[in-house]
Amino acid sequence: MNIHQPRTDIAETTLAIVEELKALEGPLLPILHELQQEFGYVPQDCLPVIARELNLSRAEVYGVMTFYHDFREHPAGRHVLKLCRAEACQSMGGDQLAERAKRLLGIDFHQTTPDGAVTLEPVYCLGLCSCAPSAMLDGEVHARLDATDLEALVQEARR
Amino acid sequence: MTVKIYIPRDAAAIALGAEKVAKAMAEAIGARGLDATIVRNGSRGMHWLEPLVEVETADGRIAYGPVRARDVTSLLDAGLLEGGDHALCLGKTEEIPFLKQQTRLTFARCGIIDPLSLDDYQAHGGLTGLRNAIAMAPEAIVAQVTESGLRGRGGAGFPTGIKWKTVLEAAGARKYIVCNADEGDSGTFADRMIMEGDPFVLIEGMAIAGIATGATKGFIYTRSEYPHAIAAMAEAIEIARKAGVLGPSVLGSGRAFDMEVREGAGAYVCGEETALLNSLEGKRGIVRAKPPLPAHKGLFDCPTVINNVISLASVPIIMDKGAAYYRDFGMGRSRGTIPIQIAGNIKHAGLFETAFGLALGEIIDHIGGGTASGRPVKAVQVGGPLGAYFPRALFDTPFDYEAFAARDGLIGHAGIVVFDDTVDMLHQARFAMEFCAVESCGKCTPCRIGSTRGVEVADKIAAGIEPEKNRELLADLCNTMKFGSLCALGGFTPYPVMSAMTHFPDDFQPAPRVEAAE
Repeated sequence: MNIHQPRTDIAETTLAIVEELKALEGPLLPILHELQQEFGYVPQDCLPVIARELNLSRAEVYGVMTFYHDFREHPAGRHVLKLCRAEACQSMGGDQLAERAKRLLGIDFHQTTPDGAVTLEPVYCLGLCSCAPSAMLDGEVHARLDATDLEALVQEARR
Repeated sequence: MTVKIYIPRDAAAIALGAEKVAKAMAEAIGARGLDATIVRNGSRGMHWLEPLVEVETADGRIAYGPVRARDVTSLLDAGLLEGGDHALCLGKTEEIPFLKQQTRLTFARCGIIDPLSLDDYQAHGGLTGLRNAIAMAPEAIVAQVTESGLRGRGGAGFPTGIKWKTVLEAAGARKYIVCNADEGDSGTFADRMIMEGDPFVLIEGMAIAGIATGATKGFIYTRSEYPHAIAAMAEAIEIARKAGVLGPSVLGSGRAFDMEVREGAGAYVCGEETALLNSLEGKRGIVRAKPPLPAHKGLFDCPTVINNVISLASVPIIMDKGAAYYRDFGMGRSRGTIPIQIAGNIKHAGLFETAFGLALGEIIDHIGGGTASGRPVKAVQVGGPLGAYFPRALFDTPFDYEAFAARDGLIGHAGIVVFDDTVDMLHQARFAMEFCAVESCGKCTPCRIGSTRGVEVADKIAAGIEPEKNRELLADLCNTMKFGSLCALGGFTPYPVMSAMTHFPDDFQPAPRVEAAE
């Protein structure tokens, strides 16, 4: 059997979310955010439902979803560690910190540790440029990081 | 009387442990049975002192910082509630030189009030501008904003009043106010601070814009990287709606205006106004060709005012104190104040609002206190990832739109990132190209392909492959991108690249290769 069977639970949840947000002006981004919040990524099976309900082509919905860095096509690890890679953090040793994080986790950016614990992502600015370098672990912000702080963060994420 | 203890809820303070401090403080107050309450204020903008805890005394507010959770016990033992002396005590907040030297108009309340108390907001002059505006004809509001000399604080510096006038005069059954809060530039955080520290000022500014131009709906488009700002704005909008500041009849005026917050999804290019409009509409964040201008055909093809957070947040004080009051600050054609964001490798990093005209060197050396690392300053990048790198030789440049342009730089959103002498400028030039390649929307060729070729050329220079020829090629490529790109992403990426190459030529000399003697 290699025929792709859409998961009905995904389709149902998607429909409920689309129904709820459809009345907004320009509802597509809010819908995609909500789906990612729900599933941790935006499953392929959501797209035809959104397309049908918003009267768009599937290609358009796919095009929008893949344009934005935030939306994932695949599930992330249990924890997501985002390291700021922009200039202000660079000026305070952000590059060295990023190398250290990669070494500690044994992965590169956009990758997930084999045990599924941590996904490492770059972020271009958390707006914490006055207390660089900074990072975000599962939505929580951390600033003025040194090597020890980073190790603590990685350890926390590994659990 | 219950003593007020202020512990910021600003994301920078939280990133430095403010939540833990607030929790420890609340527990200690409870355990000791003290008559004190904690107010979660915005940040005063002195980020090297965060978390900055303040206590209200008969003499005014006394500051302590940077405070950690483990300091709470000793602070209370030292008589924190009476402003008692302690190793972390900084004296009266208002007397701290970094704050005392500022002229705070837009940020007048930030860090002082409870950001989500509409009563606090009004007690500190809030809503006066909106009340004045309601009593005026739309043309008169627009005229007052024009006369104030306010220019777009997002970076382009376009006169705000002229933009509003175009929308006022445009015919349309529906008009929009869009606030560009997609603050993606490294080194900038003023928008975030206002949204977290004084959200009502932005709501008030947008409501004034709505009443002035006949728009009834507003959107704040901000970044997914700013969860604290999104939460604060959404809550403030809800409070404003309940209080009748927003809704079918703004403050009982009979004129409707409402708004909502929208979250971006990590695309830097959506900070460009037309890409932002596409994104709001639910499309890919692709730049639109201009004309038509957004003022004529903007969101959903309707006349749209699209302004930066700081531009809109500066409107209430202009409507409150008058155009002349605001215009009297500043120099040349740059009127009023600018919230300068001092970031990167700098001792006193934070937000410094002041009239235009301060010299760059004054900001770095005196206000900022030099580098955090203690090493000499090599370069400062002004205006985000698309801004030029300035060497010390240009530190006499006054902070003014025209003065920066005359030296092939830009103020942008007024963020300054400081680098010490360990920085490699060829690496920074390469990063500018790489960033452009990652974030390009792909619509125009110079930006989409030019940036990738730029990375390759920079790599060749670094590897010592025909360096002379490749430096020329890089300059030529920058010229093409500057004049051939559709928007500022491709068009301004040459600023950091060319300024790095012009001012720091030594970094573009490849390391001499070791060759065998024979």
